[in-house]
Amino acid sequence: MEQAIISAQNLSKAYRISHRASYGTLRDSISQLAKRLLTKTDQHDTVEEYWALRDINFDVQTGECIGIIGKNGAGKSTLLKILSQITSPTSGQVTINGRVASLLEVGTGFHSELTGRENIFLNGAILGMKQSEIRKKFDEIVAFAEVEKFLDTPVKRYSSGMYVRLAFAVAAHLEPEILIVDEVLAVGDAEFQKKSLGKMREVSERSGRTVIFVSHNMAAIRKLCQRVLLLDKGRIIASGKTDAIITQYLRPQQEYQSESLFNDDAHDVQFRRVATLNIHNQPVREFSFGDKILLQINFDVKKKIFSTLIIGFEIYNDEGLCIFTSTNADQSGVPKKIGVGKFQANIYIDTQQLLRPGNFTLNFHAIVPNICIIENIEGEIGFSVMDSNENITSKLGYIRRGVLEPVLPWNIQKLS
Amino acid sequence: MAEYQGNTIVIKPTKGWVSINLRELWRFRELFYIFSWRDFKVRYKQTIIGVLWAILQPFLMMVVFSIFFGRLAGISSNGVPYPIFVYSGLIFWNYFSTALMGASNTLTDNENIVKKIYFPRLLLPFSATITPLIDFFFALLVLVGMMVYYHSAPSLLTVVLLPLLLLLSFLAASGLGSLLSAINVRFRDVRYALPFLTQLLFFVTPVIYPISIVPIQYHWVLSLNPMTGIINTARAVFLHQSTIPYTELIYSTLVIIVLFIHGLFYFRRTEKIFADVA
Repeated sequence: MEQAIISAQNLSKAYRISHRASYGTLRDSISQLAKRLLTKTDQHDTVEEYWALRDINFDVQTGECIGIIGKNGAGKSTLLKILSQITSPTSGQVTINGRVASLLEVGTGFHSELTGRENIFLNGAILGMKQSEIRKKFDEIVAFAEVEKFLDTPVKRYSSGMYVRLAFAVAAHLEPEILIVDEVLAVGDAEFQKKSLGKMREVSERSGRTVIFVSHNMAAIRKLCQRVLLLDKGRIIASGKTDAIITQYLRPQQEYQSESLFNDDAHDVQFRRVATLNIHNQPVREFSFGDKILLQINFDVKKKIFSTLIIGFEIYNDEGLCIFTSTNADQSGVPKKIGVGKFQANIYIDTQQLLRPGNFTLNFHAIVPNICIIENIEGEIGFSVMDSNENITSKLGYIRRGVLEPVLPWNIQKLS
Repeated sequence: MAEYQGNTIVIKPTKGWVSINLRELWRFRELFYIFSWRDFKVRYKQTIIGVLWAILQPFLMMVVFSIFFGRLAGISSNGVPYPIFVYSGLIFWNYFSTALMGASNTLTDNENIVKKIYFPRLLLPFSATITPLIDFFFALLVLVGMMVYYHSAPSLLTVVLLPLLLLLSFLAASGLGSLLSAINVRFRDVRYALPFLTQLLFFVTPVIYPISIVPIQYHWVLSLNPMTGIINTARAVFLHQSTIPYTELIYSTLVIIVLFIHGLFYFRRTEKIFADVA
């Protein structure tokens, strides 16, 4: 087997998070010092070590295109920064056998006062291109960016689209042996993204360059990479063929229940049971896109609440984003008073209007606004919405981006 | 942070002092030109009189100093007209203070690049020190004009000493600038303290007064200030004075060499954390 072009051994990176003011002024440091001298005790204000990367080992062969995926904070960017020599590891080492260019951002070093032409040279040089190289590719870069007319305009007068196109165009014409790319394809409009992705493929496939590619866009990873590393909390938790690892990554880490019962008795308002049901009143955790979900909340009110009692839930998607919150105050604004007793709330959720295929978790809460949170239940139950024929995405083979995939009534009229 | 063996880079943690990688600096020379070119290009963008500022600023300072210190306060200028006396020192001082300021703020000004791309970080303070040289040359033109006006011919030694003095000023500004820029990454106080400190330093540098008005036993203290020897020597050659203060020049040179080496090594030592704390 030939020698790996990149080889990482036991790579770790720790950041020190100090719990005092983080980037201090001289005054802070002096007063800290004084305090330490006076109190004698070795009062090392709580400094916490945070391991952004822990024992990372991997090899990359020449010509391979490797994807790195993982949630935010998994350590992807730190790994790229070490590979690009921007920051140094705390322990371990990486051996790289070739010229590296890294693209952690498009338009690094662009100066708004300089013209498009000047910025091409500036940015090219910052990315590691020789001036002669840039001159040779200048026309190609300009054509790719579609900014011929504005070459001698300062980039501060560019539209954001033009700016991004120019920035990506310079980067796309790098010709290193190893290219390190962070989430940079997510710029520009859809059409330009497609063009950029095409360019990236050309770079990795046709010219046989080695590429390390970080993205949250699984479609792009699938198109570009043969192999993927999955990072979680600073460690590589899986690596292998792209499809297998992506499937593993997208699978929810925890199998959520469709129904959860509570026996606790500590609160004045006590949740007894929360469940997701289908239209036949059976608890299920998988729904098809287009189905209605019946959310059932059983709760006891044990003491009279004198102020307004709000019962509500929140729906979170895979990425931890709260899609929406709904409460018993949704319709009227001022909810009906709830007396002492046992209650059941039934809420219908239309997946087609409010969600999109994916995995979701639910939080529940009972609160008295401005006074207290009586009860709060997080991540006990969850459900999945599966793709179905109802989904326009699968019908048209056209990706709709967004948190929701609502069906809106469009009215298109021909104008005379 | 990285070792090169041919085409192979080994990235591993470093501890303590780090040597200065000249080969790498040489490899990145084009980026150095580009940074300098950018700083120059941007310097007078969107101004009406543009590079004329490089002339106007020292010229007006010279006028003001001549009125207040030359005329009203009657500070001696060793027999030469006060305007030309003060101006010949001022252009070196202006170069030094602008370059020092630029170099000290360069890492924080270029923070977005430092955090995203690797290159030898030393390029930044160096290129920030190079750019103000252009202003210096424009300001020098005014000096030539003043020499014609006052019928004052420079000494022949100018040809040799001017480049040397410029080199020394460059080393002083880039050495001290590297040190301060590295500190500035962690402690932004530098940005605020520096203008104040340069102003103080200005008064302990013989720019507006001749060193002869300071009692002789304190001259060595002034000579510790790297710009003292440079400015006194510059005056001696520009104004064609008989004695060139070689002792002071040697003092200043030694101080500058120490400053420069210390600045560079301190910079290299702290370089690895720039991206983490900037």
